Amino acid sequence: MPLFDSLYNFAHWLTQNRDEAEDLVQETYAKALRGFGSFQPGTNFRAWIFRILRNTFLTSRTGLAATRTVPLESEDEPEQTVAVSRETPESILLEQAGQQQVQAALEQVPVIYREVLLLCDVEEMSYQEIADTLAVPIGTVMSRLHRARKALRAALEQKTRETKHG
Amino acid sequence: MADDIWQPKLDQYLDSELSAEEMRGMDAHLRECASCSGDALRRMQLKRATRLAGQRYTPSAEFRRRIERKVAAKSPARRWLWIPALAMAAVVLLVATITVGRWYERSRSEQLLAELADLHVADLASPTPVDVVSSDRHTVKPWFQGKLPFTFDLPELPGTGYTLVGGRVAYLEHEPGAHLLYNVGAHHISVFIFRDRPEIERVFPARDSTRRVLSFHVESWDAGGLRYFVFGDASPEAIQGLSRLLKQAGA
Repeated sequence: MPLFDSLYNFAHWLTQNRDEAEDLVQETYAKALRGFGSFQPGTNFRAWIFRILRNTFLTSRTGLAATRTVPLESEDEPEQTVAVSRETPESILLEQAGQQQVQAALEQVPVIYREVLLLCDVEEMSYQEIADTLAVPIGTVMSRLHRARKALRAALEQKTRETKHG
Repeated sequence: MADDIWQPKLDQYLDSELSAEEMRGMDAHLRECASCSGDALRRMQLKRATRLAGQRYTPSAEFRRRIERKVAAKSPARRWLWIPALAMAAVVLLVATITVGRWYERSRSEQLLAELADLHVADLASPTPVDVVSSDRHTVKPWFQGKLPFTFDLPELPGTGYTLVGGRVAYLEHEPGAHLLYNVGAHHISVFIFRDRPEIERVFPARDSTRRVLSFHVESWDAGGLRYFVFGDASPEAIQGLSRLLKQAGA
């Protein structure tokens, strides 16, 4: 089945629950089969099916709750990129943080940022593919990615501090 | 300073999103700039850590089998079974093409309208029917920026009898669009705006007349690459009145 493992991984990250992830993937395949006529040959199949999954998630109870908790920020323009902190304890975060800590930090990142990180860094989608999946302009993808990485770094810093003091 | 030019592009560089020329320029800059190369290394480590941490969940074998069975049940039969069937079907198809085509388009049209009706009714049943609550078009329209891959204009309403309640993002056949809610008297009217697509035009031709669907009235037209649907249980005149205002606003 095309993209089964990837879709499941993405669904589980979105829902944070195995049963809900399975329901989401099942509904995605059902909708994809029903609506295959709306897929335009020559366009990106991966973006199309990920978009079905994401839209299904957004209209679920978990999806509605998750997206309502995200602060509304202007995404018109990509945020000006600033240098990451240097020569501070945070700069050696990743040397100290194990994979579980990165996963825990990723769980803490709001879903609107988590999804863009997963599509870019895990699924290795291009900005254009991500824009097609999320149905937003490329500028918004860049802006969200920048904020997402900043949020992940902050969550990781917090996790590292908790480990040190805990 | 060279840093000011290249440093903001580090993420795009690591995501392979720069042009070939810019990639070469960045490579050259990183060879000379210790500060940016250190920064790039840290960003790359975070990106790699995200990739490894993100590959976390795997579906169970039982779930995989369950989905495979469902997909197989809905997929076409094996080739050796449907080759002779295809030959027979070709004859039948020749006769039935026009009929089936019309039936399919009518069925798709009904499906599209049912989906709009679902969106309208589900919205009214929701405790939070809109995500941006405002009667001010200058508040509602900007709220959609960054959420939709297009923009649109909304009309001034004072003295018209219509009130804007707010809006939210809606999906029609997996495409995002704007769902705006208006009041007129005791009635609620939904206005849906989506990117126009040939398949919508094929199954639901844009007309200026108001149609009656499931006891709702709906008016639809296209303008500027967008498709508008005005949908509700108000009178045809009320639907047409709001449609006129939207068209005048640049729709």
